[in-house]
Amino acid sequence: MKAPGRPFWIGAAVAIGLAALLAGTIRYEYFFYAAYIPLTFVVLATAWNILGGYAGYVNFGTAAFFGLGAYTAVVLFKSLGAPLAVQILAAATMSGLLGFGAGLLTLRLRGIFFAIATVALIVIIQTVFINWRYVGGATGVQLLRPAPIAPFTSYIKMLFVLMALMAVTAVAIARYIETSWIGRGLRAIRDSEEAAEASGVPTLKLKVFACTVSGALMGAAGAPMPMYLSFVEPASTFELNYSIGALAGAMIGGTAHWLGPVIGALLLSSLQQVVTVTISNEVNVLVVGVLLVVFVVAAPEGILGLLTKLRRRAPTRGAPR
Amino acid sequence: MFSFDLLLEAILFGILLGCFYAAVSIGLSVAFGLLDVPHVAHPAVMVFGAYCTYLLARYGWDPIVAGLVLMPFFFLLGMAIYRFYYEAFEKRGTEAGVRGLAFFFGLALIIEVGLILGFGVDQRMVEARYIGRSLALGEMRIPMRMLVAFGVAVALTAALTLYFSRTFTGRAIKAVAQDEPALRLLGANPVRIKQWAFGIATAVTALSGAMLIIVGPVEPGLDRVYIGRTFAVVVLAGLGSMTGTVAAGLILGISESIVLMQFGASWAPAVAFGLLLVVLGLRPQGLFGR
Repeated sequence: MKAPGRPFWIGAAVAIGLAALLAGTIRYEYFFYAAYIPLTFVVLATAWNILGGYAGYVNFGTAAFFGLGAYTAVVLFKSLGAPLAVQILAAATMSGLLGFGAGLLTLRLRGIFFAIATVALIVIIQTVFINWRYVGGATGVQLLRPAPIAPFTSYIKMLFVLMALMAVTAVAIARYIETSWIGRGLRAIRDSEEAAEASGVPTLKLKVFACTVSGALMGAAGAPMPMYLSFVEPASTFELNYSIGALAGAMIGGTAHWLGPVIGALLLSSLQQVVTVTISNEVNVLVVGVLLVVFVVAAPEGILGLLTKLRRRAPTRGAPR
Repeated sequence: MFSFDLLLEAILFGILLGCFYAAVSIGLSVAFGLLDVPHVAHPAVMVFGAYCTYLLARYGWDPIVAGLVLMPFFFLLGMAIYRFYYEAFEKRGTEAGVRGLAFFFGLALIIEVGLILGFGVDQRMVEARYIGRSLALGEMRIPMRMLVAFGVAVALTAALTLYFSRTFTGRAIKAVAQDEPALRLLGANPVRIKQWAFGIATAVTALSGAMLIIVGPVEPGLDRVYIGRTFAVVVLAGLGSMTGTVAAGLILGISESIVLMQFGASWAPAVAFGLLLVVLGLRPQGLFGR
């Protein structure tokens, strides 16, 4: 790798610039409504991949972290009228703490046991919010959006740019983890936890760290959701589809590289939006299920793996190296 | 506020419910407990069985008979699922964990959405003589449907326990669970035995599905609730223990029923998952673990 990082940071700056440019030029608000969701899934899939892809711990509980983040934001907004930035920070903290707890669980649980435990987190946390009157209980609560902050003229455009910023931040964090010693340690854990421990990798510390960062990012992604919908309600906030989208996005894109979840999440959730609008919501879930099964069976390395294979094959057909 | 009679009724209902939970979990107890297949699609297969029962019941079949008739077909289905899983994941070995889990997760989604597309999201139920009637026992009324489920659950557990301890194939399945390489050294083919066992687990799931629709109306999304319940029972039981499955089912049934009575229905779904988290955190080998 020559000049490590420079192309990445240029790409990141271009992505944010593009988001700002779109917000400045396009007048059609529905575009931002639609584009906000794939960006959310980029954050979720990237966050999922830090634990699931690098360390090999499957987290089905994305919805728990996402929902806890969303509700943390709602509680702060309702009680103090806290600004969005504060809400996001608080949501990241709460979900990070939940991730810390889940990380401690990895001390005893692996594989399917860990996965099932994370499903348990969704249901338990959802039940708490269903029974908490202050945030609307099972019926939910309407939220009145405040005015957008200075350069923005519409709230939804602001959320869009914000989510783009968060997506780039999440990817930068994931990339840092992947390329640093932390990522090497996590991959060692994925390949053989015993061997890693025996060679002096601080496995528990790394797992807890990965869980915490992953959880915090998922929580941060959930924080603006109540404002996006102007409404919050437990059933849709803790919807299993968030877990599915995060997992499927990463698996379909490819889990070995930070770019995988980004490609996977963007393609998958754009496809989902198209299918939802043109066919139906049920077929949309079916598409995810079928793609997930096809990819884990036929292309375990994801889209990135397929691309690498293609690139490797190309020179042998006579193209000069 | 607190009444002893009410508690007694909750416990009695909990016992019936617990046996039902044991019966719906026993297929998973074989598939996951004995064979180590991360079968998160088990509840989805069960709901699929419930819908097949519903179809047959529309032609005037008794749901239990329908469930029994479905068993051979589900046996074949199970063998096919395992074969596919083996070829695609177990054989390749490396990293089968993450992908195998994702595969069954995807399978569950496909079944669920398939049911939605085929039947819609409305609740479906079946009719039979024993559904809707109840048995009066002093002040208490015990719904007949729970008693039917109770009877089937006991019969199913007894049959499987006998099968695993008395028959040659049953013992072979337990042997695979205990030490697969040793079996290979003896010249037996563990894959064929596991395939057979997975078939049995899935056949049992067909009957569980029939019971599911006897006990209450079903909807395609019902499998999500039962992921928690079935895994809680299997993990609590200690993997692969048949009698442990009944005991764990009873623990879950009684605790759920008491929580239902004391705190109301909105807290009940968290019971199974809470129990599961506690067991996983404190004693992952389960109460009756091997």
